[in-house]
Amino acid sequence: MIYFDNAATTLQKPPEVARAVTAALSSFGGVGRGVHPASLAAGLAVYEARDAVASLLGAPGADRVAFAANATAVLNIAIRGLLPQGGVAVTTAASHNSVLRPLFAARDERGCEVRVAPHDARGSLDYAALERLVRGADLVVLTHASNLTGDVYDAARVAHVVHEAGARVILDAAQTAGALPVDMAALGVDVLCFTGHKSLMGPQGTGGLCVAAGTDVPPLLEGGSGTHSFDERHPRFMPESLEAGTLNAHGLAGLAAGVAYLQARGMADVAAHEACLVQRLRAGLVRMPGVRVLGGGEAAGHCGIVALNVGEADSALVADRLATEWGICTRAGAHCAPLMHRALGTESQGAVRVSFGAFNTEEEVDACLEALEVIAHDVSRGR
Amino acid sequence: MGKATPHVVATFYTTTAALAMQKAGVRHGLRGRLAPIPRQLSAGCGFAWREPAEGGAEVASAAADAVRAVLEAEGIEAEGVVLLDL
Repeated sequence: MIYFDNAATTLQKPPEVARAVTAALSSFGGVGRGVHPASLAAGLAVYEARDAVASLLGAPGADRVAFAANATAVLNIAIRGLLPQGGVAVTTAASHNSVLRPLFAARDERGCEVRVAPHDARGSLDYAALERLVRGADLVVLTHASNLTGDVYDAARVAHVVHEAGARVILDAAQTAGALPVDMAALGVDVLCFTGHKSLMGPQGTGGLCVAAGTDVPPLLEGGSGTHSFDERHPRFMPESLEAGTLNAHGLAGLAAGVAYLQARGMADVAAHEACLVQRLRAGLVRMPGVRVLGGGEAAGHCGIVALNVGEADSALVADRLATEWGICTRAGAHCAPLMHRALGTESQGAVRVSFGAFNTEEEVDACLEALEVIAHDVSRGR
Repeated sequence: MGKATPHVVATFYTTTAALAMQKAGVRHGLRGRLAPIPRQLSAGCGFAWREPAEGGAEVASAAADAVRAVLEAEGIEAEGVVLLDL
């Protein structure tokens, strides 16, 4: 099997990740819920995960990294926390439903206004329109890289404009954390949301948000904290203010191992490796008649994703042939990115998304190109 | 229960700060450890750092200074640092 669906979740992870989770399962007590050795082991593992993530992503410190189940959970926390009742939010058409739906819910249920900056038919963000929309806004939620095209957007430029306008910016780094060097402080964003199970190499059920110093995100959930038990409301001290209930310490031990692998290998090396694979695939695709590669018009860069279509063929059928005839796993359909598909004109056809991870190889790319060549030939002949 | 002896007890607002102290305390060579917070203290976090301070007022003062120095060096926010017989 060739696994090219890393934008959904990474399948090939460093062996240390599984070892860490396995060890945790047989040794951890409740995290933050006692001071005996088993509980301390869990607590220290979670602390190591906070520290590792803070270091990798440029967060102010371990105490500014809060964990939750995935990027969707933390985007809900950040959006609900920073968008006031009746407030104005701005996002872009590249946003995933994990951003769009919480914003539209705020529009429908809390009287908020939602403005969406457009992308053109090549997937490029209209920065001028975004800058106009930011005026008078309370919050901007920017997708760092499209989960459909892989294009990276200029977060530093957007953060600067947002702060000039007196608003705050949340960065959805689901596709870039662990795939590209990402430095929250250098980008100047107020909150960075990430998921653990994609390029950070952790298990599913892990994710988190990094919160800049001076930014207060109120809790979305209230409940067990292991601390301040006689307070009627959930404690407001970061990071535990955003972590009601017992954390997934087993998973976070794996996440810490995944991040440690990335730190040891170096983010520059991982990014360069995936960029080589993208370049190799794109170079092969441009020579294939009838194949359309989506996106690619952004100056700010690209992560390890290539989206394509073969003629007018249904993307689901192309992906199914890749899987059943060649054992190549890709993702077809709408990718929870409805507005980007609309911008690209692929609402009905969808797209075939090929997404690389740190362990994919050039030989696998070549095998994919050979398969797509056969499919393109068949499609051109009406088969 | 054994005989009570003097300890410097540092309390924290969050479990995360307490765990940071655990790592820092080991790194800086403190003799103490994390333990459940004594009930006579009403700190929010259930963890406390207990640093042995037996041997008189000077020893206790030095132990408290050592704990405070680690907190300051590592930027760990404590809710309080007190001397207790535990």
